[in-house]
Amino acid sequence: MTLLLSPNAWWVLLSMLILGVASGMIGTLAYWKRQSLMSDALSHAALPGVVIAFAITGVKALPILILGAALSALIGAFLVQWVVSSSRIKEDTAMGIVLSVFFGLGIMLLTIVNRTGGGNVSGLDGFIFGQAASMVRSDVYTMGILGLLVIAVVYAAFKEWKLYLFDPQFAKGIGLPSGLMNSLYTGVLVLVIVIGIQAVGVILMSALLIIPAVSARYWTHSFKWMLIGSAFIGGGAGVAGTLISTMGKGWPTGPFIVVSSSAVFLVSLLFGARKGLVVTAIQQRMQKRSPRALPAEAEKSMVKEGGLQ
Amino acid sequence: MQGLAVTDLSASYRKNNVLEDVSFELPQGSLTGIVGPNGAGKSTLLKTMLELHPKLSGTVTFAGAPLSKMRRKIGYVPQRGSVDWDFPTDALDVVLMGLYGAVGWLKRPKAGHRQQALQALAQMGMADYADRQISQLSGGQQQRVFLARALVQDAELYFMDEPLAGVDAATEQAIMTTLRELKGRGKSVMVVHHDLQTVEDYFDHVLLLNRRVMNYGETAEIFTKDNVYRTYGAGLRWRKEVPS
Ligand SMILES: Nc1ncnc2c1ncn2[C@@H]1O[C@H](COP(=O)(O)OP(=O)(O)O)[C@@H](O)[C@H]1O
Ligand SMILES: [Mg+2]
Repeated sequence: MTLLLSPNAWWVLLSMLILGVASGMIGTLAYWKRQSLMSDALSHAALPGVVIAFAITGVKALPILILGAALSALIGAFLVQWVVSSSRIKEDTAMGIVLSVFFGLGIMLLTIVNRTGGGNVSGLDGFIFGQAASMVRSDVYTMGILGLLVIAVVYAAFKEWKLYLFDPQFAKGIGLPSGLMNSLYTGVLVLVIVIGIQAVGVILMSALLIIPAVSARYWTHSFKWMLIGSAFIGGGAGVAGTLISTMGKGWPTGPFIVVSSSAVFLVSLLFGARKGLVVTAIQQRMQKRSPRALPAEAEKSMVKEGGLQ
Repeated sequence: MQGLAVTDLSASYRKNNVLEDVSFELPQGSLTGIVGPNGAGKSTLLKTMLELHPKLSGTVTFAGAPLSKMRRKIGYVPQRGSVDWDFPTDALDVVLMGLYGAVGWLKRPKAGHRQQALQALAQMGMADYADRQISQLSGGQQQRVFLARALVQDAELYFMDEPLAGVDAATEQAIMTTLRELKGRGKSVMVVHHDLQTVEDYFDHVLLLNRRVMNYGETAEIFTKDNVYRTYGAGLRWRKEVPS
C-alpha cells in the first residue's frame, strides 16, 4: 500500500468519496423516478462525446472531456424522449437502443483515434473501465467541486425532490415548477455521470448510482434516511474500490467499486431490517409459532409436507 | 365573488379527443359530483382545469382570475392509485406536503406546520397514525391521508378524483362529513364519483360527463334515468328505485 503515502492518493480518495456520496444521492432520486436504467443508458451515451472532444482539441484535459461527455449524454437523453414521444417504442426499449448505439459508436471512434493518434491517447481507454489512479490534481479538484455542487442541489431542495418523486401531479398542482425539476434532475444525473466516468468508467458508472440506492432501501422506511444511507454506501464503495484498485499497477477502478457496492448489497439483501431475507424468515417463523397461528395438528402436517425432516 | 367558470374546454391525448367543448359554471359553496362511465374523461377534466394536462382550447377562471394565479386557493386530491404507496414516508409527512406552498420553496417546515398537519389528520380520524408508514395503511386510511393533505391547503376550491373509490363505509362517512363541512364554510368542491346509488344523497350539483357535458345542473333536476342512460350508453344496470 505504498501508494497511500503519496499525497495525491489522498486527494484522489477524497474526491472518490465525494463522487460516491453524490452518486448515492442521485441514485436514490433515480430509483424513485423509476429510471435506474436511464442512468446506465446515459453513462454509456457519454463515451462518444469524450472521444470526439479529445479528437477535436487534441488534449486530454478533463473539463473539455467532461463537456463532450455531458453533451453526448444529453443528446442521448433527448433521443430517448424523442423516440418515446414519436413512436410506439416503450421507454426501456428506447434506453436500450440509445445505450448500445452510443456505446458502439464510442468504441468505434476510440479505435479510430487510437490508430491514428498514437500512444498519446492511451489514457482514453481508462474511460471504459475507469482509472482513478490516472487522475491528476486538477482532475481531482474538478471532480470534487462538481460533486459538492450536486450534493448541494439535492440537499437544498430536499423537500421539493421528495414531493416531486412521490406525487408529481400534486406537486404541479401546488405550483412546483415541474419543467424546472425535470431539467434539474437530468442535469444532476448527467453531471454526476460525467465527473465519474474517468474514475469509474462508462460501463460500470451506473453501479455507483443504482446499487447504493437499492441497498439502502433494505434498511429504512424514510426517504431522508434512504438518501443518507445510499450516500454513505456510495461513498464507502467509491473509497474501497479505489483503494483496492491502487494495489496493483494498471488495475481498473470500476470493477472494484462494483465488487465493493455489491458486497454491501448482498449484506443488505440478507440482513436488511426492512424485508431483508433473514429478517423476513425470522418474522415468518415467529408468526408460525405464535398461538394465533395454525392449530398444532395442521402445523405438524405442514412441517411434514415441507420436508423438514 | 363568482365561482369556477369553464368555457369550451377541450383536451386530447395524442390525437384522441378526450374532452370536447366542456362548459359549466360552478356556484360558490356547491358540492358537485362528476359522473360518467370509465374513460369518460373525468380525471382528464380535473387535470386540464388544473393545467396538469395541456388544454387544446377554452378558458378556466376562478373568481374571475385564470387558475394559474389562484393555485394557492385550489386543493387537489389525485386518484389514490396515481402514487406509489411504497414510497418511504409516513402519514404526517404526506399531509405536510399540502403545506409546502405555505412553507415556501427551499425552506423546511416548522413546528407550527407540523401542528397544522396533525390537526388535519385528527380531523380525518387519523391522529394515531401520524408516524405510520404509508405502505402500512389500508386503502381507506390512505385516502384519509390524502384528504387531510387537501384540508391543510385551506383552499377555496377543491378538486377530488374518486376519493370514495375502494374505501370502507366508515371512511366514506368520514369523508362525506368533511366535504359537507367544507361546503358549509362556503368552499366549492368538485368530486369525481363512481357510485350512482349515492349521487342524490351526496351532491347538490351533478355534471354528467362523457367526453362532453351531457347534463349539468342541480341534482334534483338533471339526475334522471334518461340523462344517466344517455351518458352511459346501453348496458348500464340501473338501480331499483328510479327517479322520475
Ligand atoms: N396518459 C394517457 N395517455 C393516453 N391516453 C390517456 C391517458 N390518460 C387517459 N387516457 C385516455 O383518455 C380517456 C379519458 O381518461 P380519464 O380522464 O382517465 O377517464 P376517467 O377518469 O373518466 O375514467 C380514456 O380513453 C383514456 O384511455
Ligand atoms: Mg379517472
